[in-house]
Amino acid sequence: MSRTLYDLIGLAAGVAFILALKGLSHPKTARRGNLIGAFGATLATLVVFFYVSPELSLPLNNLGWILGAMAVGLAVGVPAARKVQMTQMPQLVALFNGVGGGAAALVAIVECLHLGAKASMAEVIFTVFTVSVGCISFSGSIITFMKLQELMTTRPVIFPAGRFIIAATLVSVIGVGAIIVALGTTPLLVLAALSLLFGVLFVLPVGGADVPIVISLLNAFTGLAVAASGYVLDSVLLIIAGTLVGASGTILTRLMAEAMGRSLFGTLFGAFTAKPQDVSGAAEERPVRSGSPDDVAILLNYARRVVIVPGFGLAVAQAQHTVRELADLMISKGIDVAYGIHPVAGRMPGHMNVLLAEANVPYDQLEEMDEINPTFSQTDVAIVIGANDVINPAAENRPGCPIYGMPILQVSNAANVIFLKRSMRPGFAGIENELLYDPKTMLLFGDAKASLTKVVSALKAL
Amino acid sequence: MEPIAVISIFVLAVFVGFEVVSKVSSTLHTPLMSGANAIHGVILVGAIIVADHSSTNLELGFAVVAIVLATINMVGGFVVTDRMLEMFKGKKR
Repeated sequence: MSRTLYDLIGLAAGVAFILALKGLSHPKTARRGNLIGAFGATLATLVVFFYVSPELSLPLNNLGWILGAMAVGLAVGVPAARKVQMTQMPQLVALFNGVGGGAAALVAIVECLHLGAKASMAEVIFTVFTVSVGCISFSGSIITFMKLQELMTTRPVIFPAGRFIIAATLVSVIGVGAIIVALGTTPLLVLAALSLLFGVLFVLPVGGADVPIVISLLNAFTGLAVAASGYVLDSVLLIIAGTLVGASGTILTRLMAEAMGRSLFGTLFGAFTAKPQDVSGAAEERPVRSGSPDDVAILLNYARRVVIVPGFGLAVAQAQHTVRELADLMISKGIDVAYGIHPVAGRMPGHMNVLLAEANVPYDQLEEMDEINPTFSQTDVAIVIGANDVINPAAENRPGCPIYGMPILQVSNAANVIFLKRSMRPGFAGIENELLYDPKTMLLFGDAKASLTKVVSALKAL
Repeated sequence: MEPIAVISIFVLAVFVGFEVVSKVSSTLHTPLMSGANAIHGVILVGAIIVADHSSTNLELGFAVVAIVLATINMVGGFVVTDRMLEMFKGKKR
């Protein structure tokens, strides 16, 4: 295959990626978009095996190793993607992103070792960029994975002089990079190690609720690393694909931050600049009103409008099917039922929509925050199932708390609020919720699925 | 490759990237991120090229690890995105 044909097919794959991103931006075309992307990627991969450049001959050297390694990757990646629980999907995406960044860094390292002294200045600069950014993305993604999987604390990790340590690490990454460029020697592995360290330090101070934003940012980073490696490898396709992901990832990061009412800067560095939080008195023993499933059923039976606010707790309890059963029952009794979906309910923007779609909840019952908020004042009962931070009034009235400024679902405007909770433990962001102590709030403790099942049978009996 | 050609491609791709995702509803943020994530899995192409180049065991070792990681990124990414979107389709009937 000639270089021209090879490049043309690469261009076709690049166009496929543009169409994929375009398709993924609209609900109707999203699935097709993803398939177009997969097609482009497959095409690009296959064509490498048939391209003969002046210095290469077919079949590729080390063909056995190449095919073997791809088989291993398939054997790991496909089952992981197929079997993952939808609740754990965000951390899987983080992990996939991380390994992509790691791959980009390794590719650049190998190419640099291979080129040795023959490498041009520009090639060295792009190699340094790919190695450092790829490594940051890799280690940063591993930390986001551990936070989401709750293998480590989800709270911001702040250490003494953290800001200075992080800044010093960044300066040394840049310094070592500059030395490599200037002297042409290859302490590339030192650069990789420092970048890995920086990735860890950079993500540690990010609070659990903000992790999705960081995943998206690291996704954009990996894209840029891939684009830079494309220059070194003389591949237009890698430049196009990497840049597309870098650019769209940056926009997406900003959109996500906006949906959460956060600035990107605040997300990344907020933990260092925030004043010490006041947690005075909030966590003490205070009276709450807890009810039985029968009480809840009676309240629902006489309601005209009920809004269900699902959160991550619903997903953990796998209660999405039971909640649909409850909603169907209420609808059959003539009650107006809607789901209020916060943009970041769950662990990632849109995560809750995925989970409810899994339970076949009709699309027209799902209402976004801006649609549902004005209706709470006409709502008799708001049922909050395993959600916390997204309805916490502290976001509106307690300046200085970590989620202050995040738009919330204003369930406190409903006539009655029912909380289904496992315990009094605060939400993912670790902030006490005043609404729990409000006189119009009733708490139903227990596993969300078990509680809902009891409410359903109590409501049927009425 | 000519540096000016590379810069042109880069700048144009940045604008295309900005443009295609600028109006996306929050519902689709997660699948979109996941799909974009799968796309940068094409680093697999780069990994295969360097594996072919490799002349020492060290280089080949790194390259093989890169192929494994890149394959996981690419294939896993597209499969998991499809699984998410499959559910969206289910509710639209």
